[in-house]
Amino acid sequence: MAESMGRAPFWPALRELTTARMREFLREPEAVFWVFAFPVIMTCALGIAFRTRVDEPVLVGIERALGAAAVAGPSTGAADDAATEAATEALRRAGGFEVRLVAPGGVERALRDGVVQVVVTPGAVPIYRFDPARAESRLARLAVDVALQRAAGRADAFEPRQDAVRAVGSRYIDWLVPGLLGMNIMGTGMWSTSFAIVTARTRKLLKRLVATPMPRSAYLLSLLGSRLAFLVGEATVLVAFGWIAFGVAVHGSIVALAVVSLLGALAFGGIALLVSSRAQTVEGVSGMLNLVMVPMWVFSGVFFSSANFPDALQPFVQALPLTALNDALRAVMNDGEPLAALWRELAVLTVWGGASFALALKLFRWT
Amino acid sequence: MSRDVALECRAVVKRYGSVLAVDGLDLVVARGECFGLLGPNGAGKTTTIEMLEGLLTPDAGVVEVLGRRWADSAADLRPRLGIQLQETQLSEKLSVAETLRLFRSFYPAGPSLHELLALVGLESKSDARVGKLSGGQKQRLSVACALAGAPDVLFLDEPTTGLDPQSRLQLWDVLTRFKASGGTILLTTHDMDEASTLCDRVGVVDRGRLIALGTPAELIASLGAAQVVEVRLADGAVAPPVAAVESLPGVREARVSDGLVTLGSTAIHETIPAVLRALAETGSAVRDLTTHSATLEDVFVALTGRHLRDG
Repeated sequence: MAESMGRAPFWPALRELTTARMREFLREPEAVFWVFAFPVIMTCALGIAFRTRVDEPVLVGIERALGAAAVAGPSTGAADDAATEAATEALRRAGGFEVRLVAPGGVERALRDGVVQVVVTPGAVPIYRFDPARAESRLARLAVDVALQRAAGRADAFEPRQDAVRAVGSRYIDWLVPGLLGMNIMGTGMWSTSFAIVTARTRKLLKRLVATPMPRSAYLLSLLGSRLAFLVGEATVLVAFGWIAFGVAVHGSIVALAVVSLLGALAFGGIALLVSSRAQTVEGVSGMLNLVMVPMWVFSGVFFSSANFPDALQPFVQALPLTALNDALRAVMNDGEPLAALWRELAVLTVWGGASFALALKLFRWT
Repeated sequence: MSRDVALECRAVVKRYGSVLAVDGLDLVVARGECFGLLGPNGAGKTTTIEMLEGLLTPDAGVVEVLGRRWADSAADLRPRLGIQLQETQLSEKLSVAETLRLFRSFYPAGPSLHELLALVGLESKSDARVGKLSGGQKQRLSVACALAGAPDVLFLDEPTTGLDPQSRLQLWDVLTRFKASGGTILLTTHDMDEASTLCDRVGVVDRGRLIALGTPAELIASLGAAQVVEVRLADGAVAPPVAAVESLPGVREARVSDGLVTLGSTAIHETIPAVLRALAETGSAVRDLTTHSATLEDVFVALTGRHLRDG
């Protein structure tokens, strides 16, 4: 038997580990579904839910004063009926309103459930009831007020010229698709990498691997490498679907989009390695993943802009890797920005990925 | 230290919290030897073998493998060792060939894929998924993974536990051929047949200590009795005092427990009539009487008063 042999080969090990990981993944039909089909289904559902509503009417509730009429007698009842009629007529003539009668007891519920956006109680001094926390409710109050004031005789100071933006590229869905892509790069990267590690650890496969001369970094890099390979498919499916189904175009270069996506995937791959570096059970790592990801779903501008958060929170929001990824994806897809303009976001992703990979390599528990 | 020594433990101690798993263990395994660590579950066999494998660090004492220590020679040692762990479950989604190619890629030198498949007799299962293999086939695959780097030393932790007799024989065959090619084997087992068939020498481990060491024949001879007579008493029968049976003709050693009288004997033709007479005198009704040649199991029982399978 040979007395001295060469050191363990790095590249063949990395290649075989990456191939093995990809095979394992592709032979798990459920995993393939969640990674490839689920984002498309979600984009479709959200695209329909948030589709651009160009001529949607403002939903106005008129409080029907039935109870009041009955208690106060026929004369006031007639006056109420007349006021209701006048208000309904004013809104009908102004156009763009859909009027629904609301029973007095049902005002709060109708507002809460979004059945109406504002409730008007007609009278000499009408009462508007609305939810100031909802943008559409505030807008509805303004529109109703303008229509009723005009009907009561207020004249406009001037007639503005208007230019409605309806161009493709500035709709909500155009903004939403890059966010979903970012969220998907985070989600599938975190789940698939962490589960692969924790499963191998509970099956004592990690222990068996470190009993061989396998370079440990090759194992961790193979997880990142296989992630990148799937990312190409995953991102292509989602971007192509957004384009075909909703006409969401990529205004920047495909190369820039690929670079941003790859860097994002590496950053979240690194974070996944760190999160699962010591976890012993699938349940344990699931909890940790939620702890890490839920704040980013909320703060990183997937469904609504992260600019909505107060200034005091912005340093935190901007430091999150998903914020950087979403901002960079939107800059490339929506605004056609070149990579050079995205150095800040790319730097944030690089630091997250590099630091978490280095830390994971130190903390990683193999047995 | 001699160049002929493959593995050595000197006064090795390993604790898990307050539990002393290995308690000052000394062990030397020569190159080309097949050495068996025999003992019940929890005796410290796995802890001992994992310290030699460099997967656990001893709390005290010295472990040397091929004349080197893990602390400074891990990168040189790993490629020269083949390791099979008791509890590893290989990925079920990969095929036999894919699994072997993966493990082969970790080593700078070793047999080809076809040679590995032939070594463990899994040629016909090359494309089968690991999840579809029988227990015996999985175990042979696991040993093939350990052979992927043409190791000098093969470590096997309970390689045949839970296997059917046929699979067990096939695996023994693989190990016998590895040994014939000059390889050193350290295996743990609680199967005496396995230890007597495969091992040149056996170390009996109990409660973290080596309590007996020698060839299987030496250990059995140390009982001083080639045959064992076992008399099972009828339910509810009065057990005779040990004094009543230990001085009978031919008896070298006697134990009475749970309605079972066990006698180590050098002359069973004298012992059997004498014990039956003695039992008749103490009024102990006999249910049956059996004899067998002494085995390592009897050695273990004689040393510890417990059976190997008791754990």
